Amino acid sequence: MATSTPNALQEADRHAVTMGQRLSEFWYYFSENRGAVIGLWVFVFLVVVAILAPLLAPHMPQQQYRDAILVPPYWQEGGRAAYLLGTDAVGRDLLSRLLYGARFSLFIGVIVTTLSLTVGIFFGVIAGYVGGKTDTFIMRIMDVILAFPSLLLALVLVAVLGPGLINAMIAIALVLQPHFVRLTRAAVMSEKTRDYVVAAKVAGAKPLRLMFKTILPNCMAPLIVQATLSFSTAILDAAALGFLGMGAQPPTPEWGTMLAEAREFILRAWWVVTLPGLAILVTVLAINLMGDGLRDALDPKLKRS
Amino acid sequence: MLRFFFGRLAVLIPTFIGVSIVAFAFIRLLPGDPVQLMSGERVMSPERYEKISHELGYDRPIVIQYLDYLGNVLTGDFGRSLTTKEPVLTIFAKLFPATLELSLCAIIFAVVLGIPAGIIAAVRRGTVIDQTVMGTALIGYSMPIFWWGLLLIILFSGVLQWTPVSGRISFSYFFQPVTGFMLIDSLISGQKGAFKSAVSHLILPTIVLGTIPLAVIARQTRSAMLEVLGEDYVRTARAKGLPPLRVIGVHALRNAMIPVVTTIGLQVGVMLAGAILTESIFSWPGIGKWMVDSVFKRDYPVIQGGLLIIASIIMVVNLIVDLLYGLINPRIRH
Amino acid sequence: MKKLSFAAALLAATVLSGAASAKTLVYCSEGSPEGFDPALYTAGTTFDASSRPVYNRLVEFKPGTTEIEPGLAESYEISDDGLQYTFKLRPGVKFQTTDFFTPTRTMNADDVIFSFERQLKADNPYNQYVTGGAWEYFAGMGMPDLIASIDKVDDMTVRFVLKQKEAPFLTNLGMDFGSIVSKEYADKLAEANTKEQLNQKPVGTGPFQFVDYQLDARIQYKANPDYWKGKEKIDDLVFAITKEASVRYQKLQAGECHVMPYPASADVAAMKADPNLQVMEEAGLNVAYLAFNTLQPPFDKTEVRKAIAGAINKQAIVDAVFQGAAQVAKNPMPPTMWGYNDAIEDDKYDPAAAKAALEAAGVKDLKMKVWAMPVARPYMLDARRAAEVIQADLAAIGVTAEVVTYEWAEYLERSKAKDRDGAVILGWTGDNGDPDNFLHTLLGCAAVGGNNRAQWCNEEFDKLVNAAKLSTDQAERTKLYEEAQVVFKREAPWVTLDHSVVVMPMSKKVSGYVMSPLGHHAFSGVDIAE
Repeated sequence: MATSTPNALQEADRHAVTMGQRLSEFWYYFSENRGAVIGLWVFVFLVVVAILAPLLAPHMPQQQYRDAILVPPYWQEGGRAAYLLGTDAVGRDLLSRLLYGARFSLFIGVIVTTLSLTVGIFFGVIAGYVGGKTDTFIMRIMDVILAFPSLLLALVLVAVLGPGLINAMIAIALVLQPHFVRLTRAAVMSEKTRDYVVAAKVAGAKPLRLMFKTILPNCMAPLIVQATLSFSTAILDAAALGFLGMGAQPPTPEWGTMLAEAREFILRAWWVVTLPGLAILVTVLAINLMGDGLRDALDPKLKRS
Repeated sequence: MLRFFFGRLAVLIPTFIGVSIVAFAFIRLLPGDPVQLMSGERVMSPERYEKISHELGYDRPIVIQYLDYLGNVLTGDFGRSLTTKEPVLTIFAKLFPATLELSLCAIIFAVVLGIPAGIIAAVRRGTVIDQTVMGTALIGYSMPIFWWGLLLIILFSGVLQWTPVSGRISFSYFFQPVTGFMLIDSLISGQKGAFKSAVSHLILPTIVLGTIPLAVIARQTRSAMLEVLGEDYVRTARAKGLPPLRVIGVHALRNAMIPVVTTIGLQVGVMLAGAILTESIFSWPGIGKWMVDSVFKRDYPVIQGGLLIIASIIMVVNLIVDLLYGLINPRIRH
Repeated sequence: MKKLSFAAALLAATVLSGAASAKTLVYCSEGSPEGFDPALYTAGTTFDASSRPVYNRLVEFKPGTTEIEPGLAESYEISDDGLQYTFKLRPGVKFQTTDFFTPTRTMNADDVIFSFERQLKADNPYNQYVTGGAWEYFAGMGMPDLIASIDKVDDMTVRFVLKQKEAPFLTNLGMDFGSIVSKEYADKLAEANTKEQLNQKPVGTGPFQFVDYQLDARIQYKANPDYWKGKEKIDDLVFAITKEASVRYQKLQAGECHVMPYPASADVAAMKADPNLQVMEEAGLNVAYLAFNTLQPPFDKTEVRKAIAGAINKQAIVDAVFQGAAQVAKNPMPPTMWGYNDAIEDDKYDPAAAKAALEAAGVKDLKMKVWAMPVARPYMLDARRAAEVIQADLAAIGVTAEVVTYEWAEYLERSKAKDRDGAVILGWTGDNGDPDNFLHTLLGCAAVGGNNRAQWCNEEFDKLVNAAKLSTDQAERTKLYEEAQVVFKREAPWVTLDHSVVVMPMSKKVSGYVMSPLGHHAFSGVDIAE
């Protein structure tokens, strides 16, 4: 950047100021929503747990202790200090598995959201900007995907691709991306005729630049809100697939898969059933709380009401 | 209105063709040769293999297979299950009432609780009541329902022993299905306690399946009400000194219900997805469980036909919702 | 059917509710039957719901054994050349009277001939009566190539003429596809153009008659009042279809059902401790094995195979995979079957000796593949875990094993290849309780490139099992099979791994239940205390 002209620097500076202003304005509205802030803190906590799982976990998540099968949590009769939240049917420490499970859930959320967001934006921008037959074609395909119940479609897709975490993520991303396509398309279509776009067009901007550099950044607000929604949906759906035996495969400590393995013990060992589900709920709830806050902060129409 | 209707229908046809291609393609892509799987460890002679492949039509060009399939589907022939050899449509017809009964109960549950909750939250905006309702709704909305079902089973079936673990009715009652709806059939049967048994089997699945729609409806009702309550005519009505209940009940509610009705219509897809999990948890003999079982059994024609039938139902329901919406709200038509 | 008028349904319901004091046995079955014509299917779940309660066969398995006894045939004669089987039918056997069919005559030769000819002859009107249906077991047991003709000698005598000698033929007729259906009923259905009903509403001669099936939920039977062995002690039999093992257990505990199959192995200990339950156990009619490719060096050498057999700790596999709910296998056929040679001594688990034997055979730095199936089967719940145990055991004697797996259909296909690289884990569940079904089917020369996954063709062994196939003298056959097992053990084309143990938990109120070594679940002779 050493060769930047003063002019360009000024430009960057101005940009930074507006970004800073926007951010502080955003934070003002976001922090007004108490739930959203709590959600954010919980989410940050989960991220930390996921990153530090190897340090925090007292045991390896797949280590089986043959002398400690279905040991109840520490505070219950028969519980042991070595296994704070008890053990599962093959003697694995539940706490360690839950901690490692946070990694999988967040990983699923990040990958699925990124994947569906990128693909969705790409097709959405094209459909919205190009219009005509291309638009019709893309939107009909999206209609087809949306015609199936998402979980059923994902289930069959995973059956096609073969059960496993990666395939489950691909399937979920595929069923989630039409929402992004629709949103992007609608936003692009409404922005397309705005003055600044027309001006850029007259100034000779190439279509690709117009689509992705000029128009897209101005359509981000609804996409961000949708992305948080997708994040939580991805975690829920991946867990559901795991629960049905089509997601992550044992012995992966994915929460949904853990629930599926625990189902047998539903009336005998409440902890193996209750805790993984609670972990899913807390994670999804935190993200949805954040999503609500984001929507309030980003959507000017709702802001007023 | 007619133009609007045909416009929607014109969109539906390519979508249906697309759906049929997807359903067909999936099955062709599924790993594992279905003919080979039929024989398991037992080695099948090449002649027999050929014969079965031929009977099932797997040896013909894929485009021909698809066109054949589409032709059959249009005449109502969705193929036959590989395991039971029964027509897919027949099995669907046998199982669908169970899913429909559960879904209807769940939607009633969601509407009956969700709309009043949303109204109260909107009217008492910002109060503890509002926060409690909306907090609960968000928890419901975030709920992994398969876990929710297990929790309810632990509590109500395990600890309290109030409700049965699974199924539609206790096995001590036996009668021929007349309508396919257990609640109605058990009444018709006249057997003592049968209706009660059917109800007790329905409670937990209804709650589980209704949870997410309940949360969505409550949230939607609240925001629709808030919007309407801010409108001029409501303020005018209030200013005129009309009793608040009348303002809310007659003026605001009627207008707020338009988006809510749409939301309810859109819950059909959610319901069918939810049925997959709910029916699996409660061994509910409906189409959700049927689909899951068929995926595991690789019953190709069932997966294919099931996907197509379910998608068609959702498309038709969405069309109806669209039309209703157009009817209520003429602005949309243009 | 749905329109079967309101009034009729009401009436039926009131009649049923009137008989409240009837003895009802509820069986929590593990899945839905595929249909009710047993000859069309191969799944035990289907047989439990069709052939066993509703039908009888010419000859039947004695409860609790794999031996046969007369059923609908009062007696039978085998010609000296072993090619003609003449069955004298039991007189006065009534088909069930149900609300959808009333028989006008008793069972006779026409019924028997119809039952088999619909499977044998392409021009039989019932040969293709279910679209896409095939006579799986009939074909699988080689019947179309074996039977020359089925003749009616007189009204109560039927003769089967075979193309070649086949000792297991009689046992095969005791299998489910040999169920005798009513020709009168079939004709009536054909006339009404509702042939498929034969597969939906069965009519047989068996202990229980079909009342109703609610898809994926319940099957209702009642005791056949005209049963030729006398009416059953229970009045109603209900199959409560419950796919989850844990849910079956919950229902058993709650008294919602009285008998359940296939408990989760983790639950068995708790079941045994429950004062309200009794738990029956028996070895399953199956075997899991690790088959070498005996055509591929160095596994073409007996010493190498023997050395590896001695290096594998089978008990560890049983513990790891079954939590003890299986027994170590020493022979290629299960111990509940006649002809099992109990005198054989298993290879001793001795890594040091195995290592020395391998060195003596001149094999160093051996690398091999171990194939693990991707699915759980009754004889092997988790092949991957078993393969990992084997991998560790082999590492201890300096053999590097790589575990490979394929999608199930592909696994079955690829493992048949004669040039297959590596040893494959697989197994077999017996069909008819005849040793031929294990020894000849899985290890005979004719099965190389097919069911014989070891690609093992041993002249001595093959001679023995072929001789046994042709003889109709049970004592002689027993001797031949026992000898064949000695050859097998000496040559070790497989490492035999385990036979699963079948566990049947049931309420203490239930009495008279007999476990079948063939894995049948049948309720004839069962009683329940009020």
